[in-house]
Amino acid sequence: MTDLSRTPTIYEDLITRFPEKVTPETRSGYSGVIVDPSALLDVVSFLRDQAGFDYLSSITAVDDFPENQFEVIFHLFKTTGGRGIEFKVFTGRESPSIPSVVALYPGADFQEREVFDMFGITFDGHYDLRRLLLWEGFAGHPLRKDWKEPLYEEDIKPFKSRWPEGQGYRKELTNPYGDNVNYPREFDPEGFESDNDERLYQSLVSEVHEAAGKMQTDHLIVNLGPQHPSTHGVFRMVAMLEGETVLALKPVLGYMHRNHEKIGERNTYLQNMPYTDRLDYLASMSNNFSYALAIEKLMGIQPPERAEYLRVMMAELTRIASHTMSIGFLLNDLGAFFTPALYALEERELILDVFESVAGSRMMCNYFRFGGVVRDITENDFAMIKELVLNRLPRKIDELDRYLTDNEIVRTRCENVGVLTAEEAIAYSAAGPILRASGVPYDIRRADPYSIYDRFDFDVCYRMHGDVFDRYLVRLDEIRQSLKILKQVIQQIPSEGPIVTGKVQYTTKVPPGEAYSRVEGQRGELGFYVVSDGKPNPKRYHVRAPSMINLTSLAKMCVGGKVADAVTILGAVDIVLGEVDR
Amino acid sequence: MENEINKPGIEIPADIRRQVTITTLDRIYNWGRSNSLWPMMFGLACCAIEMICTAASRYDFSRFGMEVMRPSPRQADVMIVAGTVTKKMLPQIVRLYNQMSVPKYVVAMGSCASGGGPFKEGYSVVPGIDTYIPVDVYITGCPPTPQALINGLITLQKKVEKEQISESRWYGKQPIQDVPIPVLGPDIFDPRKVEVIREETHKPEIPETILASDEGGAA
Repeated sequence: MTDLSRTPTIYEDLITRFPEKVTPETRSGYSGVIVDPSALLDVVSFLRDQAGFDYLSSITAVDDFPENQFEVIFHLFKTTGGRGIEFKVFTGRESPSIPSVVALYPGADFQEREVFDMFGITFDGHYDLRRLLLWEGFAGHPLRKDWKEPLYEEDIKPFKSRWPEGQGYRKELTNPYGDNVNYPREFDPEGFESDNDERLYQSLVSEVHEAAGKMQTDHLIVNLGPQHPSTHGVFRMVAMLEGETVLALKPVLGYMHRNHEKIGERNTYLQNMPYTDRLDYLASMSNNFSYALAIEKLMGIQPPERAEYLRVMMAELTRIASHTMSIGFLLNDLGAFFTPALYALEERELILDVFESVAGSRMMCNYFRFGGVVRDITENDFAMIKELVLNRLPRKIDELDRYLTDNEIVRTRCENVGVLTAEEAIAYSAAGPILRASGVPYDIRRADPYSIYDRFDFDVCYRMHGDVFDRYLVRLDEIRQSLKILKQVIQQIPSEGPIVTGKVQYTTKVPPGEAYSRVEGQRGELGFYVVSDGKPNPKRYHVRAPSMINLTSLAKMCVGGKVADAVTILGAVDIVLGEVDR
Repeated sequence: MENEINKPGIEIPADIRRQVTITTLDRIYNWGRSNSLWPMMFGLACCAIEMICTAASRYDFSRFGMEVMRPSPRQADVMIVAGTVTKKMLPQIVRLYNQMSVPKYVVAMGSCASGGGPFKEGYSVVPGIDTYIPVDVYITGCPPTPQALINGLITLQKKVEKEQISESRWYGKQPIQDVPIPVLGPDIFDPRKVEVIREETHKPEIPETILASDEGGAA
């Protein structure tokens, strides 16, 4: 709690240190300071090197259309814990551009590329500024407010065409092409040649050859994915190989870009809740949790006691389900095809049974509401959870541990593979088990507690080697810690009481302002940045996706290793494509 | 035990009934095929996780002859389109479909693959894989439960059993044409629609009247 009083002094310090360049944020509901683009790099280096804000959490942008202004929002934190700092940089909508911070924080790489892709804001000094989620040559920057998708109907849901009159029609029938497409005027498809991957290969070649200082010809470019069983979905890696050694590697994202953020800005606040399920579909409860926290921050409400316990209970059960699956599929990537995964899936199914009983769906739980949860658990559910937590899961996790941890193949394939040092992990904004396996004991449940995590006794699991094996061990340890938390939840949960604050209602009144919430998700820091302008739908809805940002360090981990290890490393990063591409 | 491939109506003497079966070529051929439908190991989104669960021990679709998931399209019979089809992924999906050897079947798993689902309005989502490749079975759900997927695959088996070699398009004299690969331009386009697109983009004016009347006369 001491950090609460300290944080404002950082802002004051910045304002006095950079007069004229740093100004306070005056809009109500907003926080942080505004930094002039010319002073951005100085401010960031001061914050990183002297103030101790060594962890870049999120970079995103907001379009202030019809005002002629883009805001680029930075969130920085300290890996020693405590509150973070937020600042904004403004740039005009005509040829928008700000300096790139990628030299100071390599973890900004993909986030800046995403902002470039979605808003068209260029980052001067970025070494490889290409589109991240969409393909090269796509017409327009979709998250600009004046960019309309081909099936655009209205700004706010529910659309008049569907409700309340209920005269639904298929929007694509009104499109001249009869499909979800739109083309610029004068576009001639005849003889159109897509040169989609040209720049990608070019950047790969120049990266290697400039480093070597001369042209080399015996290198091989290999594409892994997007359809490849080892990539856990539709993910693509392009590797440049010399023999079997990886010289350079570029992840290619966006094969599952489902426009969460654009759709989320048309949806009402509550309608976004089921969409968050589909981000990290192995851990829908955690996504619900973070989104609910963001909106509760804006609305200034607190869930009742029993709801808090139910939330923590579900989030930790999700963590166990997700981590067991991750361990099972890591073994898949090592070549132990499906047998270890079957053991993992067996336990996951039992947890999914609890979710199905509690929330009505196995995977897409949609269980949280603003100020509580949607329904209470029954006696029977509670008995199921107790049996799992107190009896079955500890036994089964020990079993998994016994089968795998000392297996010789697991050890030789995982130890000293994909090493990331603590400094690198922080610089690349790695989060979750990746960061903790590199020796940084940073867990948001402890570093910046949310909900009621400050009441529980648990250890922050971390290991020192930063290799694939340690990431596996951290996940295993975390399952045990989750069980420890769950045992306390079972003991402490009030036997009855309200499960939601206030009246349950269809539309949510959210006062204007901004909020950034973050939880310790299964894959790291899961953040939601929501801006409200008082309308029924958010002005900006951004997901700080840990899977995507963890991928920033993938090239660093893979280069110098063998191509077969790249598959293992990717398995240990444990991406979920729904969250990577959104 | 009932002999399920026996063609009814043909009397077999009782003493050889367990050794001899009289059936038609269609019946035995389809019986063999429908009970060894090998799916392609190919997931797109959330539905892929339910597909994995269906393959795992609890639901175990190998009970129906589908246990061999092939990562290569050349060895697969069924493509389960498990998840949201995006424009960036579509050329690869069509290419995979073209690479599958005939007879080949497509199952659209879940609402996204069937019709765009909750993401239909998105700018980079294809509203249903059937706008590009032919689909045999649609499965509802978001995501469909493993039971629903198994039900969909059993429906496909029933469809396969009804096919006739003499009429099926796989065995005609005409070769099966590949589906043209969509191209990623300013937006994705189907090479079959080049004429329509050129006509529309080179029109002197955007037909405002169509848009205005469909938005309920808001303008």
